Amino acid sequence: MLDTIPSKDLKHIGKAVERDDAIEKLTGQALYTGDLEFTGMLHAKLLRSPYARAKIKSIDISKAQKLPGVHAVLTGKDLHYRVGLYLVDKHIMAKHITRHFGEAVAAVAAETPEIAQKAVELIKVEYEELTPFLDATKVFDKDVPLVHPDLGRYSYIKEVFTPVPGTNIANHTKLRKGDVEEGFRKSDYIFEREYTNPNVQHVPMETHIAIGKWDIGDRITIYTSAQSPFTVRNLFSFSFGISHSNIRVITPYVGGGFGGKAGIGLEPLVCCLSKAAGGRHVKLQATREEEFSLLPCRSGLTYRIKTGVKKNGKIIAQKMTMFWDAGAYADYAVNVTRASGFSASGPYEIENAWVDAYSVYTNKPFGTAYRGFGHVEFSWGVERQMNYIADQLSIDPFEFRKINAIKPGSKTMTGEVITDHSGNVTKCMETVAKAINYGKLTAGEKAREQKTGMKIGKSVVALHKAPAMPSMTGTVVVLKLNEDASVTVNHALTEIGMGTYTSLRQIIAEVLKWPVERIRIPIENDTDRDPYDWQTVASKGLLLSGNAAILAAQDLLDKCYDIAAQALRAMKCDLDHDAEKVFIRHKQESFITFKQMSVGYAYPNGNAICGPVIAVGRYIAQGLTNLDKENSQGYPAIDWTYGAHGVITEVNPKTGAFNVIKVASAYDVGRVINEESVRGQAIGGMIQGLGTAMCEGYIYNKDGKLLNPSFTDNKIPTALDMPEEIECFAVETPQVDGPFGARGVGEHSMIAVCGGVGNAIEKAVGVDLTHMPIRAEDVWKALQKKSEGQGKKLKAKKK
Amino acid sequence: MKIKLTVNGKKYERDASESKNLLHFIREDLGLTGTKEGCGAGECGACTVIMNGKTVNSCLVLAVEADGATIQTVEGEAKNGKLSKLQTAFKANHAVQCGFCTAGMLMSSRALLNKNPKPTVDEIKHAIEGNFCRCTGYTQIIEAVQDASGQLKKKGGLKRA
Repeated sequence: MLDTIPSKDLKHIGKAVERDDAIEKLTGQALYTGDLEFTGMLHAKLLRSPYARAKIKSIDISKAQKLPGVHAVLTGKDLHYRVGLYLVDKHIMAKHITRHFGEAVAAVAAETPEIAQKAVELIKVEYEELTPFLDATKVFDKDVPLVHPDLGRYSYIKEVFTPVPGTNIANHTKLRKGDVEEGFRKSDYIFEREYTNPNVQHVPMETHIAIGKWDIGDRITIYTSAQSPFTVRNLFSFSFGISHSNIRVITPYVGGGFGGKAGIGLEPLVCCLSKAAGGRHVKLQATREEEFSLLPCRSGLTYRIKTGVKKNGKIIAQKMTMFWDAGAYADYAVNVTRASGFSASGPYEIENAWVDAYSVYTNKPFGTAYRGFGHVEFSWGVERQMNYIADQLSIDPFEFRKINAIKPGSKTMTGEVITDHSGNVTKCMETVAKAINYGKLTAGEKAREQKTGMKIGKSVVALHKAPAMPSMTGTVVVLKLNEDASVTVNHALTEIGMGTYTSLRQIIAEVLKWPVERIRIPIENDTDRDPYDWQTVASKGLLLSGNAAILAAQDLLDKCYDIAAQALRAMKCDLDHDAEKVFIRHKQESFITFKQMSVGYAYPNGNAICGPVIAVGRYIAQGLTNLDKENSQGYPAIDWTYGAHGVITEVNPKTGAFNVIKVASAYDVGRVINEESVRGQAIGGMIQGLGTAMCEGYIYNKDGKLLNPSFTDNKIPTALDMPEEIECFAVETPQVDGPFGARGVGEHSMIAVCGGVGNAIEKAVGVDLTHMPIRAEDVWKALQKKSEGQGKKLKAKKK
Repeated sequence: MKIKLTVNGKKYERDASESKNLLHFIREDLGLTGTKEGCGAGECGACTVIMNGKTVNSCLVLAVEADGATIQTVEGEAKNGKLSKLQTAFKANHAVQCGFCTAGMLMSSRALLNKNPKPTVDEIKHAIEGNFCRCTGYTQIIEAVQDASGQLKKKGGLKRA
């Protein structure tokens, strides 16, 4: 939409407009959920399971109940509701059985957090420890413990998902394109390898928090640090059988989400506690340890890839098997399996493709959406596989990628034909290759090697992702014209940090031809005030909400022109406007101002017409289809954003210690709306990707106990972990149905960073890495293998 | 125990329980909720305040230890309703995303600039090393501190390919 207007003709689009929420955040005035207090508010604390899988034989809450200041004590036995996003499989607290370490078993609401904690310590639970199921790749073994023996009785979205009752498979996504066996027969070489990723925590700086109030009369008010207030409302309504109109969800400022706050979390529990306490507000803030083990994380992945390739470097067949370690509950993990299933090849064209992607229940903390929605994890395998094959064929890995890169005319894995407007992954790769002087070491780099004894390696990797969302994902933007001709925007995409609200202000101002300062979008969302938006996820916000914003701004002008036409006794076609007024083009002294018409226009004699101006823009994804459950063919993607990273690392060939010297990244964003927001997303996601690549990941003992649920042993990158140099590029191939041609880039920056680092390390010291994260000791171990001859290059094996 | 302390130039006298940490005291007893809790274990730096000229993780300091101390929190950074140069630079350089680390990040930067008005990039990185930020990737924050100290000559910026 408006994609053909040249950038030079745009006043606000493409500029680094400052964020409208910066002052509140910089002065400590922004109120997050944890900053809210209500008269009589109670505080909740939880008792959690020390076992991965255990039968709850008995719970004694009598002492806790008697403690002065305690208003409610609940256990799973008291709560008969199930909650679930796509597959309704979770009780609000463990009922009869615990399914993962850290699962909530009992909850207390008391007058202070200290009393609540003391009461929790007075609860006695008798467990019978059971053998847990911990290895997702053993899903087809006989006689494994079932995490959900009742799977066949759960309700789920049948059009999209395929759980397999009697097993631990929460969803099986099948993709079949072409004839993969025939493709393998025609291949000159076949390579089959396996790549692994652990569970990873999102680490929003603000942990999950919710305040709930369940009034007598069943009206519910929830304040929550959630990404998707309308999804919280919808799932709450479904679970408790209460009308949407009686549930009000408010999201104050949110301190980061990254997918971990996309669904429903603590809200049902605080509301049940409130109900038990007679309708008082109840607040529950997760501790950082609870954030790691009670709340969801990213699923682990074991990815087996079998690739058939011709001598000329063209991949012609690929069989991909994904074992997603979904943990104890399905949450978003089943949809990660679906969305990563249809993208699992990366941005490369595969004529004959076969994917079996399994979400496997295990007795671990459960997986959910995490920036990139599965693409970070499978991309690690894909990008290592690409380098491995290129190396075996003695083709440069960058050239090998270009041979196989998706381009206009290519068919995606679901059969969608890529066009000239879909974005340009090859241009992204070429841009970053140039930025890192790919393929050679500069004189400075050679001198650095000499001086330090380190070995320098470079790599180029590529990425793609489309929003994973229902085919009928929609949104609304409402503009309310104020008396001073400013506009208040009501919209329910949540501003969790990414800066989309500033981009929306720019879009509205551009269409209206007004200064950005006159457009205000309140940061807090309220389902009673704001119009519906599905969720703040998937990098779909800018495209869908941006289009709705254009339509709303056009509607506002249309309504203002109606008023002006009537007031000025003119035809609408003869009207034009500037920032202050609507005027008759051929008689410019005849005008009325936006201020004059804002709340209804009054003629000089006092007669009034029209009423206050309000405008609406509604937009919905169009042309998308559910995928065929037998072969995943169809149209799942509203847009594809492509990108690439160029990575330079230096590695100590003796110890395996390494530094990332430079990362250059390029994304085809269609059109830059706010250049500093794009850059902020690009760098922020890339560093988050480096965390995944270099240090983050859950470590369990053999019984499924999480050993590192803290920042002491599970750190995220700090300022000292940054690459020495970072460069960001925007490629602009306009998206025809994107606002001013733009497409989303929120998640993409995190994808493929791991592969880039792994491949650059391989280039530097010749080690083969297949597990993420890559710690110095992993490189050291790989170096030892290499010196023992185990990691030697295999001769390309003819099939 | 009764404690006296000065926070953002204002004197307070309060009863503080021996087990209450400075973070909760500032937030709950003084009502200054700009300082955030990210981990409660001194690892993430979200609760950083300046105590007697030095940054501390206020979750690791007992309120009673702050008896007699002079403290600055994020609420003391703007003066007379106007953003400080540091805050203005954060705003201009897009150094804020979700905002939850921002108070601690500002306090670490403020303490650095108080001692070292022209820090190098490396000195800035070391000064904010204890402050986790999950959103920005730190670059725009470092540029903001450079800008506030009059040292930002040329921004990296987003390049059009």
